[in-house]
Amino acid sequence: MDGGEGLSAPPASAPLQRARGRVSAGLFRRAWLRATLLLGPPAAWFVLIYLAALVVLFISAFWRVDEFTGELIHDWTLDNFKTIVEEPTYRTIALRTIGIAAAVTVTDALLALPFAYFAARLASPRLQTLLFVVVLIPLWTSYLVRVYAWRLILAQDGILNWTLHQLGLGSIDVAYSNWSMWIVFSYIWLPFMILPVWLAFERVPASLLEASADLGAHGWTTFRRVLLPLVLPGVVAGSIFTFSLTLGDFITPTLVGGAGSDFIGNVVYRSVGIASNVPFAAAFATIPLLVMAIYLLVARRLGAFEAM
Amino acid sequence: MFDNARARWRRAAPSPSLIAVALATLAMMVVVGCGSSDDSGSTSASTLPTSIGEGEGELNVIAWEGYTQPEWVKPFERATGCKVNAKYGGSSDEMVTLMRQGGGSQYDLVSASGDASVRLIRGGDVQPVNVDLIPGWRDFIPQLQSPAHNTVDGKHYGVSLQWGPNTLLYNTRDVPTRPTSWATIYDPAYKGKVTVPDNPIQIADAALYLSRTRPELGIRDPYSLNADQLDAAVELLKQQRPLVKKYWALASDEIDLFKNGDAVVGASWPYQTITLQADGAPVADLIPREGATGWADTWMMSSQARHPNCAYEWMKWISTPRVQAQQAISFGETPANTKACAYMDRIERGACAKYHANESTDYFDSIHFWRTPTSDCGGEGTDCTSYDEWQRKWTEVKG
Repeated sequence: MDGGEGLSAPPASAPLQRARGRVSAGLFRRAWLRATLLLGPPAAWFVLIYLAALVVLFISAFWRVDEFTGELIHDWTLDNFKTIVEEPTYRTIALRTIGIAAAVTVTDALLALPFAYFAARLASPRLQTLLFVVVLIPLWTSYLVRVYAWRLILAQDGILNWTLHQLGLGSIDVAYSNWSMWIVFSYIWLPFMILPVWLAFERVPASLLEASADLGAHGWTTFRRVLLPLVLPGVVAGSIFTFSLTLGDFITPTLVGGAGSDFIGNVVYRSVGIASNVPFAAAFATIPLLVMAIYLLVARRLGAFEAM
Repeated sequence: MFDNARARWRRAAPSPSLIAVALATLAMMVVVGCGSSDDSGSTSASTLPTSIGEGEGELNVIAWEGYTQPEWVKPFERATGCKVNAKYGGSSDEMVTLMRQGGGSQYDLVSASGDASVRLIRGGDVQPVNVDLIPGWRDFIPQLQSPAHNTVDGKHYGVSLQWGPNTLLYNTRDVPTRPTSWATIYDPAYKGKVTVPDNPIQIADAALYLSRTRPELGIRDPYSLNADQLDAAVELLKQQRPLVKKYWALASDEIDLFKNGDAVVGASWPYQTITLQADGAPVADLIPREGATGWADTWMMSSQARHPNCAYEWMKWISTPRVQAQQAISFGETPANTKACAYMDRIERGACAKYHANESTDYFDSIHFWRTPTSDCGGEGTDCTSYDEWQRKWTEVKG
């Protein structure tokens, strides 16, 4: 069998191939058609399922529920928003949620910076791989198992207090409190901060640091004036994850929170799952939406989107 | 008595309007008759099934944690071929919501307490059942054959199950002297060591305590509170909040809290005590001198139940003396079936007396059973606070 025969198409499929050729030629000439075909399905999904759900959520926030039958009544009212603004309890819950999300973000940034610096600039390639795996390992296990593990660690008779007691340091009472939520959230979302910061450190050209040293800057000055401004977008990118993930969580507060540890998510969950009041849940859920919108606007100014 | 009345009307050759009056009177007599405990329960509505058909192979139930233990679920599945899928409800509110989800056809049965059952009946979420198909029903204590919380207008919306008190649970090592009062869970001495249920009905517990300690408030029924009385109860609960380690949502939460030393006193069900004691934890429980709130549960069938035959089989099974005894001992509550007593003693010596299965009606009457607070004070007034207000206040308490 010679090569020429192998290359020529069997006669039966020749019309098919001609058609194929026409289609690809047509697509090549019309860029708009190519774009439509490529983007059409995902865009349809995005609009129909993702955006539509958000719109329905927002609209239903203006409805109300009949107190006796539990049915939705579709007339327009601002009562849900009024309750949220006027009731001090809901203000407290919203502020607690935002406050802890901010605290977790700062904590993770402080933990991630030295770790990522070491991993990106000082560690050997072999150690780098190992560190990468270590950072990712927690993400392979169930979120719930990790939170329950922390519950056991932080309990009054748990591992933490046992260790402190062995060291002669007495015991601390952090189980089921806002402190325990802060610790657990900081642990759970840490990988989401480390990875973008790590990437940011790797992107900084070594020549810049050498230049800084040549110009007489100390290590600390170089870090503060050269390195930090360059990795800041990475930190902000990571903070988008840690902040928004904490903001929307309701499982950790349920499991390790104490009395008065409700998050926005808990109120939403109870409004839907227990009180059967979807409109109120929708109204309260717009708060994290607003907070994140503002946060993303600020993050964009700080160049976080270029670092992702 | 009905025959006599009817005969008299016939003799008088009544006019159509008189017949209407007579029918109305008869209807009322039937209602009153069914309300009393000696009624045989034969509801004559023609829509009720007269026999239990072939099982559908599956049964979806919403239950309190501990109500679907393998001990009696496995034999049921073997005997009837109905596979039981159970979902635990953490509170009566959650149970009501779950029953209404997806048009109400998702679950067949719910073990509703008195503060959920009336809501479900009024909302049309549950359907009447023919108690004649449940042989165990005849042996129920009279108060639970046709109680107001599951029987309306002579129609039985389910069969009673078990009942019991909400107890005071404490760690015997950290609380050496046995408490006698609910004051224990409001005592600053136990700051950060208290746990109470995450449930608006907890306001009734505070009200019950206040009815004894602050008689000037005039609280007679912990479920019928006027605005001032509700405020007083909420005030007490707000003072309690700094003492609370965690408001527990599931029984297993409270078990964890006591096991790990995070709580030493709390409001509980007997189930937690029994589970903890079985684990060797140093705990005990009691009914304090102020009395206790409690529950009387009913298995109710969804009006959209997709597996009605299996549902009937389950109600039949769960009402038999042996299963009643098993569940009573496993959960630590009192069975509705009086014949369960003998089986209880057979499983555990003295269990019948321990779980009050042989007690007089005085004990039953001493418990303030959960009821949905309504603005008409349960039909006895007009100035009471409704459950919606309770829910709002509870959110305020928890913050």
